[in-house]
Amino acid sequence: MSDDIAVRVDNIGKRYRIGTRRTPGTVMLREVLTDLAAAPFRKLRALGQRLAAGSETLEQPIRADQIWALRNVSFTVPRGQIVGIIGPNGAGKSTLLKILSRITEPTEGRVEIHGRVGSLLEVGTGFHPELTGLENVFLSGALLGMRKTEIERNLDEIVAFSEIEKFIDTPVKHYSSGMYVRLAFSVAAHLEPEILIVDEVLAVGDVAFQRKCLNKMEDVHQHGRTILFVSHNMDAVTRLCERALLITNGGIQKDGPASDVASAYLLSTLKTDAVQEWPTPDTAPGNAIARLRRVRVRNEAGATVENVDVRQPVGVEMIFDVLTPGYVVVPSLMFYSRNGTCVFSAQDLDPEWRRRPRPAGRFVSTAWIPENLLAEGALLVSCSMSSYHPFEVHFFVREAIAFNVTDPGNGDSARGDWDGSIPGVVRPLLKWETSYRSTPPSE
Amino acid sequence: MANDVDSATPLGGALSGGRALPGSDVGTAKTTVIEPARGWAPLKLGELWEYREVLYYLIWRDMKVKYRQTLIGAAWAIVQPLMTMVVFSVFLGKLAKVPSDGAPYPLFAFAALVPWSFFANGVTQSASSLVASGNLITKVYFPRLLVPMGRVLSGLPDIGLSFLVLVGLVAAYGRLELSLSLLWLPLMAVLALLTAFGIGLWLSALNVQYRDIQHAVPFLVQIWLFATPIAYPSSLLAEPWRTIYGLNPMVGVVEGFRWGLLGSGRPPGMPLVVSTAAALALVVSGAFFFRRVERTFADVI
Repeated sequence: MSDDIAVRVDNIGKRYRIGTRRTPGTVMLREVLTDLAAAPFRKLRALGQRLAAGSETLEQPIRADQIWALRNVSFTVPRGQIVGIIGPNGAGKSTLLKILSRITEPTEGRVEIHGRVGSLLEVGTGFHPELTGLENVFLSGALLGMRKTEIERNLDEIVAFSEIEKFIDTPVKHYSSGMYVRLAFSVAAHLEPEILIVDEVLAVGDVAFQRKCLNKMEDVHQHGRTILFVSHNMDAVTRLCERALLITNGGIQKDGPASDVASAYLLSTLKTDAVQEWPTPDTAPGNAIARLRRVRVRNEAGATVENVDVRQPVGVEMIFDVLTPGYVVVPSLMFYSRNGTCVFSAQDLDPEWRRRPRPAGRFVSTAWIPENLLAEGALLVSCSMSSYHPFEVHFFVREAIAFNVTDPGNGDSARGDWDGSIPGVVRPLLKWETSYRSTPPSE
Repeated sequence: MANDVDSATPLGGALSGGRALPGSDVGTAKTTVIEPARGWAPLKLGELWEYREVLYYLIWRDMKVKYRQTLIGAAWAIVQPLMTMVVFSVFLGKLAKVPSDGAPYPLFAFAALVPWSFFANGVTQSASSLVASGNLITKVYFPRLLVPMGRVLSGLPDIGLSFLVLVGLVAAYGRLELSLSLLWLPLMAVLALLTAFGIGLWLSALNVQYRDIQHAVPFLVQIWLFATPIAYPSSLLAEPWRTIYGLNPMVGVVEGFRWGLLGSGRPPGMPLVVSTAAALALVVSGAFFFRRVERTFADVI
């Protein structure tokens, strides 16, 4: 029954007391003994109250100084699945991993883990600065759960993989941070648990190192292992994971296919939706001439979408009211990447209304972005409307909507067979031509 | 999905070998249940055994690191009790004329200081051990009991070294006799170890929550020194006080050590039984207390 389940998390919660950060439920002897020494008068009074009230006060009531770092979290992970755990800082991701790694105990709920667990919650677990690289391989390996014989058997490989053979007998306190990370990682790479739990280890190291980490996880996964990993790298999560959990405020907010969850999270961090609407005219941006009523991202079928497959065209639709007839108005859009780079701008050149004064009424203008043009990632859209003679801006809404471009990586997009990151704000699918001769031209 | 270049990296090979994690001898999946525990937890001695290699490496690390970047290295293990012996001999032996049960005072003092230094260092080291290992405790799981245990055990080479000096000193005084009573010495060392471990369990666990402990420990050790017949013989006390005195396990250790090596004082009797019982009580109560509070270590440390 449990054969195909690797991890079953059932309604777990973790409560911390802010300040002392003491976990409740561990009162009685410890409290009586230790607090008695710390604050005799307060404790004696409390002890008296406790004795008077009986045992039901053992579980202390939730108070203002207690917070739930995690609450009502349930999920199961089938054997062999690779699950990304994403969410903002402080949402409870690390607390979850710590509970699964048995470092801290849940306040409530139950976790069942079928199989041996290996946890990588930091780079260089157990490394001691005074010890040499080689000595640390043994120390860290043992702490991560490797047997001595196993470390000895893999020692040559571990050392070779770290690429620091020359310094293996030097105390690691003299290492550069890059050498330290390489050695630490090569120890971790030789762990072979059935269930691997990885915290934001990928955040350290250079790009090549991060790629190595990702490749390693992919490899582990192909060996049929179950992996849970926390990452802030949405590209990695999308590429590597079948499934992702979005954790916010100590609970699972979304659980589903990694690309959906990742883009939902990305968009939520932008605090912008794929559609924005102004139901009443007086709140709508604009002036006496024109007002914007709705703007959204749509697909060819007409549905509002926040995730756009890079291989599909995507439309940005503006609905606006012209209140005063007789003006030539030009809707325009600006597309920005997450880091604020303007990717491109566009203005309405629809020949039917170009240079033509518009009557009063409701207009729907849609700009179509062709497939295979955009790069992966979030795009923020600002929209505006102007007249040119004389120049006047009727409305300008910065970051009105946002959407996310994803690439499933099937090989039929501009990504080709590459699964790493690709620079550039756009990624058009170009036509390539090749000519060939069997012998080089003689000179 | 990895392209060809990637799968050619050494990683592919690296991952195919090896088996991981203590307790992995069983090929089939082992099930771990994680639940909030209430009240007293079992000691899980089997788990300690599973993680024996971790203990080995913790001891090994402590021993390796202890005298790194020192001028005289492991000689520190000898200097400490030796200098104390000199001070005691001059001020207490010569000036205050404290009796020494017929043995030369320097021998009398040193025979007690060897197990005492081991005990005192064990207590001091293990009391701070968990807090010092905070980084490990918040990042990886292993039985936390191994941390204070490892610290106490890593003092064994030190007592070995200072014991050799002690034997040399006894021989120099021409009092070395090979007899069966020498067999008491390792037993007494084990008793000192148990006592230090028992105290270390209590203090290290309390120190996680209350850092007051690390300020109190030097003071505690100092008082304990005077509450143990190191600078003076326990023959100054009459029964039943002497047996009650044995409640301090170090009384049994020191008396046994002197008797085994110097033949001074009385052979171990009732006080030693009391001392052994007290040491065992410390270890057992300490272990249960430790197990009970260890579940919050990672949150509090």
